[in-house]
Amino acid sequence: MELVNPGIGLIFWMTLAFGTVFFVLSKFAWPSILRALKEREQHIEEALQAADITKEEMKKLKIDNEKLLKEAKDERDAILNDARKIRDKMIDEARIRANEEADRIVESARERIENEKMAAMVEMKNQIAKVSIDIAEMILREKMKSDKAQTDFIERIIDESRLN
Amino acid sequence: MSGLVAFWMFVAGLFFIAPQQLKAEDKHDEGHHKKEFNAGQKIIDHIVDAYEWHILDIGDFHLSVPFPVILYDEGNWHVFMSSKFKHGYASYKGYEIAKEGNLKGKVIRKAEDGTEIRPLDLSITKNVFSIFFASGLIIFLFMSISKAYKRTRKHAPKGIQSVLEPLIMFIRDEIAITSIGRNKYEKFLPYLLTVFFFIFFNNLLGIVPIFPGGANVTGNIAVTGVLALFTFFITAIRANKNYWMHIFNTPGVPWWLKFPVPLMPIIELVGVFTKPFVLMVRLFANITAGHIIILGFISLIFVFGQTSIFAGYGISVISITLAIFIFFLELLVAFIQAYVFTLLSAIYFGMAVEEHHHEEGHH
Repeated sequence: MELVNPGIGLIFWMTLAFGTVFFVLSKFAWPSILRALKEREQHIEEALQAADITKEEMKKLKIDNEKLLKEAKDERDAILNDARKIRDKMIDEARIRANEEADRIVESARERIENEKMAAMVEMKNQIAKVSIDIAEMILREKMKSDKAQTDFIERIIDESRLN
Repeated sequence: MSGLVAFWMFVAGLFFIAPQQLKAEDKHDEGHHKKEFNAGQKIIDHIVDAYEWHILDIGDFHLSVPFPVILYDEGNWHVFMSSKFKHGYASYKGYEIAKEGNLKGKVIRKAEDGTEIRPLDLSITKNVFSIFFASGLIIFLFMSISKAYKRTRKHAPKGIQSVLEPLIMFIRDEIAITSIGRNKYEKFLPYLLTVFFFIFFNNLLGIVPIFPGGANVTGNIAVTGVLALFTFFITAIRANKNYWMHIFNTPGVPWWLKFPVPLMPIIELVGVFTKPFVLMVRLFANITAGHIIILGFISLIFVFGQTSIFAGYGISVISITLAIFIFFLELLVAFIQAYVFTLLSAIYFGMAVEEHHHEEGHH
């Protein structure tokens, strides 16, 4: 049957054609194609690995950044806290000092007033005493004008002294 | 799956039997129906090789592309165009195309005593032309994508490159590496790629019904035979010591199977030759069957058309539907058969270079 009876001519040409295709492609096409594929695969593999490493590093960097940020925040908070404390202390101290000063001023004013008062009182007493003595002198001079009055007085004093 | 097989058997049976019956009828009342449509003959004419590429007939006008006939006979070369044969009706320089017998369709020379002499025939036939066309196409395509690979280097593939790249990767990763092994696949890969694309492109061209497609190249036993021989010789040349040892002194087999009657070596040696034979027959049979089925469905229209023109038109709807279905199936088969041939070649290469570990025992 013709269907399963191979022709010599076809075998010859087929061998020649297929051999040529095989030779040409093996020599000029497959090596560069396969090499390019391999290189690209390696390139992709490397790129993926590099990406992984970078990702890991980025993660670390981010964590570091976050830590740094947190530290900075903490520090800022601490500084602010301290500042607030200092401010409060300063205000308190200022207030206390002002109060003390005011007290002292008031105290000293009071003292001065007291002193003035005392001085005035002493002055007044002295004045009063002087006036009293002057009056008494005037009264005595008036009373002791007569000799009798003088004698009576002397007598009474003597009497009084006798009694003692 | 078995349903599908049964369906094929039925279809194949229908068209293998029907033509013979038609033929018998033909012989029976010859002379009455000179131009009766003979489906079997028509199909066989389409799938076998020819000296000219027949495109169409309109009445008595035959449109066909003639190819050069190259003959070597009695020490002389004869080269002339096949158009000299007037589509097989005329003889030229004493050569003619045999009309019947074993050499039917071949160029012969009638000797004086009436016996048919077949000269050495290296004609560029329909299949040879188709092989050249496919070869040119393959070389052009792969040379151009090879250049593209040099240019694009590490970047993504473009255009035709991105169509062929998945196939190249598939053959490398799923066929070569898995069957031969990561260490040894590289020296077989060029052959596997070439054979895959050669078969695949020829299969696809075979499905295209118009010139320059439609030749039954991979459904020709000479073509598949040459491909199988390539696989056979590469296997034999590349085979290592273990492979030959396995054949001539199969380990793990009782000695009385090897001596005095070398039963196992004979079986193994036969196996060496059946492997490429199986490759040859599988591809040939699958592709030829596909062509026969499609042609069968188309012929059905004309077979029915002979009884009544309305029956012909009526059946054409069913015939064309089924033929289109088979065309799609053939697209699949074109890939699968190329894949199977390549895979089996790769497996044979893998067996030839495998390092055996006898301690683990053998199947």
